[in-house]
Amino acid sequence: MTGSDSSTALRRGTAMSLAVFVVFLAAWQWGPGLLRIPTFIVPPLSMVVEEFFRMLSRNALMFHTGVTAAEVIAGFLLGSLLGMLFGYLLGMSPTAEIALSPYILALQIAPKVAFAPLFIMWMGFTIYPKILVAILIVFFPVMVNVLTAVRTVDPDLVNLARAFKATRAQIFWKIEFPASMPPLFAGLRIGSTLAVVGVVVGELVGGNMGLGYLLAFGEGQANTPMVFVTIIMLTIVGGIAYLAVILIETRVLHYMPKRALGGF
Amino acid sequence: MSDVIRLEYRNVTMRFVEGSGKNLVAVQQVSLKVADGEVVSLIGPSGCGKSTLLNIGSGLTAPSEGEAYVDGERVEGPNAHVAFMLQKDLLLPWRTIAENVQFGVEIQGLPLPERQRRATALLDTLRLGEFANHYPHQLSGGMRQRVALARTLAVDPTVLLLDEPFSAVDAQTRIDLQRELAQTLKRAGKTALLITHDLLEAVTLSDRVLVMSRRPGRIIDEIQIELPNRDDPIGRRRDPKVNQYVARLMTRLDIGRTPAERPAGATA
Repeated sequence: MTGSDSSTALRRGTAMSLAVFVVFLAAWQWGPGLLRIPTFIVPPLSMVVEEFFRMLSRNALMFHTGVTAAEVIAGFLLGSLLGMLFGYLLGMSPTAEIALSPYILALQIAPKVAFAPLFIMWMGFTIYPKILVAILIVFFPVMVNVLTAVRTVDPDLVNLARAFKATRAQIFWKIEFPASMPPLFAGLRIGSTLAVVGVVVGELVGGNMGLGYLLAFGEGQANTPMVFVTIIMLTIVGGIAYLAVILIETRVLHYMPKRALGGF
Repeated sequence: MSDVIRLEYRNVTMRFVEGSGKNLVAVQQVSLKVADGEVVSLIGPSGCGKSTLLNIGSGLTAPSEGEAYVDGERVEGPNAHVAFMLQKDLLLPWRTIAENVQFGVEIQGLPLPERQRRATALLDTLRLGEFANHYPHQLSGGMRQRVALARTLAVDPTVLLLDEPFSAVDAQTRIDLQRELAQTLKRAGKTALLITHDLLEAVTLSDRVLVMSRRPGRIIDEIQIELPNRDDPIGRRRDPKVNQYVARLMTRLDIGRTPAERPAGATA
């Protein structure tokens, strides 16, 4: 594909994407009325926008969004770091992997969000149980990707380094660590969206802060527009986290062929 | 060519324990010597333990019996006098071409200015200077293999071990690379053991060809290549005598004969 072809495709795609967005907004505004759907089931766009501005002043929407964002960032960073640490350690030690794999597998199968009530019983209605759920849920995709990456490094590459008399540390820093970057970022992309899920479930279960709390609050009041606003804010928080990962990824993986990186 | 022996295998035997617990003899009692500046090819059927010999020479695996010597020193692990090059270029995709060439000398701890000087000089001789800051995926297979050769030469080894280095590239590129290698080896006066299954490559690039048998691999023939201009494999290809050598190798390797027709004991 030549440069001009791909830029034409990009321009056309962007134009179509915008068109879809406009059609969607229009359908949202007038569709429910035309189909006689009551506003407490699907409130039209204008009502949701109105509710958004009302929530800014009455419900401290930005405060709750900030709490959720902070929990997402903390959970994502800690979960990723732990996932990387365990991924590299288990990747380099087959014995440790064999010894620990049944437990890791069991923990991976257990639905992480189910731990939310337990963590709240342990730590109370603070931000910590929410962060802990996020850590747990982010940990696995990151760890599994790093572990597989270290395990699948071409043994001939390691032999090449060994033939040059590389130390174990050199083999790690010059081969295994950089080789794990593409799968690590694939794991981080997944982790960034899962972190939001973990935090929201934690907030839904208990506490009086964060977007998850607003979600439960809106539901209790049968305030459908409030629930809609909160879902949109959550999507924005998750989207920013995802975009931040992509931004760092394109920097780190600058050496990859452009097509292989792709957008989303 | 001097009488100094750069690479030697003395009664090397290699046994592996298979998954079924059976002992598998890959290489049996192999002895060979390569003199300073000499290029020797090792040919044989696949699975005859050629690559095992290369791993032993580079110190990556220890032989079950016997020993290998480089520059008169017994090989007891990887050492700076030997460098190997495989069919796979093994370039690191996150490193530029220049950084890939420096990979070995960087591990060996050479100071940065010296590393860069060597990489630049080698890339220039291999006509890759303008690609120094490219990444491997931007280069063709033949160019990548030349980068691998530059990386191998950058550590300035006395002995090069080459394991089918050109078998993954197309026929025309292969001829170019063979000439490049032949000229480089001649110019630098390097000693090389070349493992190949390409009979013509063995004859045109080498001073001597060793023929290995089917497993357990033993050396069953040694052919001195009495052709001029080892640094001009393309010229050698045109020499009618090359065909006689190839014919002899084919006979020794039983190429074109069914197993039943093979004389007992010749290769088994």
